Amino acid sequence: MISVKNLSKSFGDFEVLKNIDLEIKKGEKVVIVGPSGSGKSTLLRCLNLLEKPTSGNIYIDGMDITDKKCNINHVRRRMGMVFQNFNLFPHKTVTENITMAPVLTGKLTKEDAQKRALQLLERVGLPEKALSYPASLSGGQKQRIAIVRALAMDPDVMLFDEPTSALDPEMVGEVLAVMRELAEINMTMIVVTHEMAFAREAATRVLFMDEGHILEDAPPEKFFTNPDNPRVKDFLSKIL
Amino acid sequence: MVEFFKNLAGQFAHNFIEGDRWQIILDGLLVTLKITLFAALIGVVLGFFIGLVRASAERNGKSNPLTWICGIYVTVIRGTPVMVQLLIIYFVVFMALPVDKAVAAIIAFGFNSAAYVSEIFRSGILSVDIGQTEAGRSLGLTSAQTLRHIILPQAIKNALPAIGNEMITLLKETSVVGYIGLVDLTKSYAIIQSRTMSAFWPLLAIAAIYLVIVVGLSKLLNIFERRLRKSDKR
Repeated sequence: MISVKNLSKSFGDFEVLKNIDLEIKKGEKVVIVGPSGSGKSTLLRCLNLLEKPTSGNIYIDGMDITDKKCNINHVRRRMGMVFQNFNLFPHKTVTENITMAPVLTGKLTKEDAQKRALQLLERVGLPEKALSYPASLSGGQKQRIAIVRALAMDPDVMLFDEPTSALDPEMVGEVLAVMRELAEINMTMIVVTHEMAFAREAATRVLFMDEGHILEDAPPEKFFTNPDNPRVKDFLSKIL
Repeated sequence: MVEFFKNLAGQFAHNFIEGDRWQIILDGLLVTLKITLFAALIGVVLGFFIGLVRASAERNGKSNPLTWICGIYVTVIRGTPVMVQLLIIYFVVFMALPVDKAVAAIIAFGFNSAAYVSEIFRSGILSVDIGQTEAGRSLGLTSAQTLRHIILPQAIKNALPAIGNEMITLLKETSVVGYIGLVDLTKSYAIIQSRTMSAFWPLLAIAAIYLVIVVGLSKLLNIFERRLRKSDKR
């Protein structure tokens, strides 16, 4: 479904990603871990072209999105993204946040989008917040709304960029619960996170990145008990 | 004491009521309001587009001839006194054309205000977090949709207090139009003075009128801002 070939990305002279190759199939739950500055967020942001790769190709269902002729807006409508800082639209109510993209892109009528928004809000346990503004929500609530906003476009894959890193510890659980539920209904997910418990339970594959390379790519059982790369053992011993 | 008030009333009547002299002030006020209103219109519309061009160039790190022209425009206008600009517009640009003085003043003040307004809009747009753009684009919205529905509503809300200030400044700056021979609110004192030989009362009245308008405008802006702030409530 997603195929990354020889991807490199530099910011000025600094090469963040170095010749990355990666295949992700439908239904996989890929968790990317690694130290700060290892390039994991940049890799994720390249997948929907929020960062423009310096070289290499990214194929989504066979279509090269680095090709200038590719309409990236159509590709992005099938890829939801959740950000570390939520990035809810502060001037819109929760419902408006959720319905804006489906309505503006012509995917749903306003009525249908509102119905869908309410269904999704019920699924994450926040139907009573439908008419609130983001400023009145807690961090965990904001992130759950942000997930719903992405889901409202019925994406084929969800990208999570450190979704719990900006949250107070007691709010991490409610966001991870929603993500686990998504994993259970077999959503394709790519998650950059420091939550090792989530990686262990929900992932089908765990990638370890350092200095712009993918150093380990293994199922969680192997990744956490018997990784091939000594750098991974070192990393795990520091954080677990 | 009684004598003093009698005297006061007499002077007031002499300066404003005899010969319908209040009419001179009223006519001047209408000239001031007309120039301010139309100049503000030009300033906000033109300034909005200049600010948009400059902000998007800055965000994308790309510039083109249009952004250079806008940059030079802002530099020149902000680098020279508005009175000099007014004189140049009326005595140089429109030298050969039979243009109404008020039109020349509207153009001069409109173009001047546009430079300041553009800077306000530019910083208003740039003050919206880049994450807002990323969120909009990641949902598959086009850059135009993201700008229209996500960035601009927030940018305008940020810019509104400063735009209001600029309008108040504009109103007061128009008081130099007397230099091209227009009789606005400020200049109307001179006509009364030439008839009554007293500048005190007319000037006091004019200052009071400016003050009342400015206070009224500020109140109006406050109401506007409060309505826009409803989403900030916790």
